[in-house]
Amino acid sequence: MIRTTRENDKVKDVSSLNAKYYDTKNKIVASIGKYYTYSCIFFSIMIITFLTYFIASKGLSTFLKDGVSLFDFLLGTEWKPEHENTPKFGAFAFIFGSFAVTLLSVSLSTPLSVGAAIFMAEISPKSGSRFLQPVIELLVGIPSVVYGFIGLSVIVPFMRNTFGGTGFCLASGTLVLTIMILPTITSVSYDSLKALPGGLKDASYALGATRWQTIYRVLIPTALPSILTGVVLGMARAFGEALAVQMVIGNVQRLPNSIFDSISTLTSILTLEMSNTIAGTTYNNALWSMALILLLMSFIFIFIIRILGKGSKLNER
Amino acid sequence: MNVKVTDKIATIIFYTIAIVITLILVGLLSFILVKGLSGISWGFLTKPPENMKAGGGVGPQIFNSFFLLFLTMLFTVPVGIGGGIYMAEYSKPNIVTNIARLVIEVLSSLPSIVVGLFGLLIFVQKMGMGFSLFSGALALMIFNLPLMVRITEQSLRAVPVEQKEASLAMGISHWKTIVSIMLPIALPGIITGTILTAGRAFGEAAALMFTAGMSSPPLDFTNWNPLSANSPINPFRPAATLAVHIWKVNSEGLTPDAKQIAASASAVLITCVLFFNLLSRLVGKLIYKKFTAA
Amino acid sequence: MVTHNNISFAEKDIAIETRNLNIYYGAKHAIKNLSMQIKKLDITAFIGPSGCGKSTYLRALNRMNDLIPIAKTTGEILFDGQNICDKNIDLAKIRQKIGMVWQKPNPFNKSIYENIVFALKYYGIKQKHVLDEIVEDSLKKVALWDEVKDRLHKSALALSGGQQQRLCIARAIATKPEILLLDEPTSALDPISSAKIEELLFELKKDYTIIIVTHNMQQAGRISSYTAFFLMGDLIEYNETNVIFTNPVIDKTNDYIMGRFG
Repeated sequence: MIRTTRENDKVKDVSSLNAKYYDTKNKIVASIGKYYTYSCIFFSIMIITFLTYFIASKGLSTFLKDGVSLFDFLLGTEWKPEHENTPKFGAFAFIFGSFAVTLLSVSLSTPLSVGAAIFMAEISPKSGSRFLQPVIELLVGIPSVVYGFIGLSVIVPFMRNTFGGTGFCLASGTLVLTIMILPTITSVSYDSLKALPGGLKDASYALGATRWQTIYRVLIPTALPSILTGVVLGMARAFGEALAVQMVIGNVQRLPNSIFDSISTLTSILTLEMSNTIAGTTYNNALWSMALILLLMSFIFIFIIRILGKGSKLNER
Repeated sequence: MNVKVTDKIATIIFYTIAIVITLILVGLLSFILVKGLSGISWGFLTKPPENMKAGGGVGPQIFNSFFLLFLTMLFTVPVGIGGGIYMAEYSKPNIVTNIARLVIEVLSSLPSIVVGLFGLLIFVQKMGMGFSLFSGALALMIFNLPLMVRITEQSLRAVPVEQKEASLAMGISHWKTIVSIMLPIALPGIITGTILTAGRAFGEAAALMFTAGMSSPPLDFTNWNPLSANSPINPFRPAATLAVHIWKVNSEGLTPDAKQIAASASAVLITCVLFFNLLSRLVGKLIYKKFTAA
Repeated sequence: MVTHNNISFAEKDIAIETRNLNIYYGAKHAIKNLSMQIKKLDITAFIGPSGCGKSTYLRALNRMNDLIPIAKTTGEILFDGQNICDKNIDLAKIRQKIGMVWQKPNPFNKSIYENIVFALKYYGIKQKHVLDEIVEDSLKKVALWDEVKDRLHKSALALSGGQQQRLCIARAIATKPEILLLDEPTSALDPISSAKIEELLFELKKDYTIIIVTHNMQQAGRISSYTAFFLMGDLIEYNETNVIFTNPVIDKTNDYIMGRFG
């Protein structure tokens, strides 16, 4: 108990048992709190470790246990997993489909996105922040099944009526993904343009350069590593997107002859076939091998982003 | 070509791009709302779906979406905030921190279908939870965790260092300083970010198809015993969410009004996501006002 | 006793003593082999141009440099018979006894009352009447009581800059520290508020050892009994304030006092 005898003694009185108790209690609470946060991070690390381990062990057993050759899997074009005598596990058409739809959509989306970022950062910051920014934020928020549904009801019929065929094709998938990754590339590019030192622009204008000259000779080259980071993030999103793509590409399991042919991607095969297979079969394991490719690709994308990040840091110095 | 003319042309192109993107969004939203709203009625919002005939609703799916979201946030928020506190306050420049940062980056770039498949393997099969809300919530937690960590870390890093110093200088522990001084200041950022995270989880489907499942048992909304198989709040029952239902209707829907149902369900989904978006802005503004008001 | 550029005191008059202190910020040698004694229940001022190390040293006195990952400290700071640079020391105890006030007023985002009792509650003082008394007492000591007694439970951020700074001082003395460290406490304030704070410090030195970093030479001259002049991490000269200002031993001190650099 504290007895307040004199004003000045109030706090000193506490320096007895009571204070000791609170001191100990505070220290215990502080270390519990600290180790709680440690365990949260440890938990996240464990998730990735487990995830990588389990997907890798499942995915690798196609080659190690079931004896499918890696070469046949990666480059074979025949996918007949349920053939009675000679099942074939060639996934090349799906790998090709994933890369095709990713690269095409990124090359369509990048000019649009960087253009939008430049519009917001340089051309008209006012209407950029009032209209375009909310538009971009809303585009991020639209769920991928909704994109798929719109693709199905708008883009696919459009393709069918304009170019013939079923309309379910590589081009439809590309268009859907182009819109889906647009906000990613735009917002990263916008941030990097905004972060450029103001002196850079002023110096260029002072030399008599026009706005366009300033943008493409000074601003874009300086912000390039960060813009590329945005592009890679967009690629990662496109490569991993499952449902929106699966809904519009037709899911025919062979190599396309043109962009108006129906295709399959790694994600579309996984979406459609995973629940039809039995765990432990070669068929099932081959699907896990595809999941492993997706996982490895996201490691690769992160690796590229890290390298780009180092590049932009070196530039700052 | 004259540089002035080039400059003009470039400006026109940039304006065109901005207008095209805006038109795309306006087109998307109006398409969904025009197509979808006509099919929305009280019955549609409350009735269960039909397998073969027309006239089904999405009542259980809407409920599933919200209940799953609730479970997900229950798992995600404590771990995400803990991880964010570690990254912002306790991490030292060493190998563990580097690994943690890499892990957060990898987690946030994982395709959601990979998360779903991992959930299928671990939660559904190995841990025996089956296709259930619980499995789905755990999968969505993996999906949302990195975002939550990052939001917390950024919000804490934005707290003025003077506040932290003032507390530490009085001999108050780092933990108490974080909880009593820094977190309240970081709260608006954390709440805004959390609501955005929730919106993302609400629309997610690929991670849920293989974890929460693509069907729902017939639900009895008068049965609130969480252990009963047809109770809506039983966390161990399969539960197709609105987003998963939209995919299913589009891909395998057999009812004659499948198109209309997909459109209306999309309209409901979009409305919810827009609502989350609006809410996060509103809450952010309100809290900001409250904290800065005299 | 005065060596040519440093001053020492009798054992019983020393509040805190530094021996061979070195502080590095990464590659930068911010404090170079510093040894000095601070006199109890008096005001000591640290002066010198920006970047001379005076604030770094002040922050070292209650280990605030721990917050800067690249900062490295060697040497000894003796307080209460302990070396506070020791890694095993109970830092919380030291910081309870050495309070600090910053250049920019930094009241917590809480009510005036909560600002003062936050640390006290943490130390375990929970009785309301005790807390009330300490709040009143502390606010009276900084001459803020009359201005705020009707709005103790309103946000501290609604106060003016000068009031906020006095609240920060009240917050620091509420825990009854032995030493108060002040890092340019008036440089963000208007002249009237500054004058009030100076007056206040003069009062407070009866109960507390005060160390103040200041850019304002007149201020150092007005309120401090001892002044230390720092330059590029070195303690150039440390003596009674009137000696430093009228008859310094070292030319550099004179140059600085006369405003020839800085």
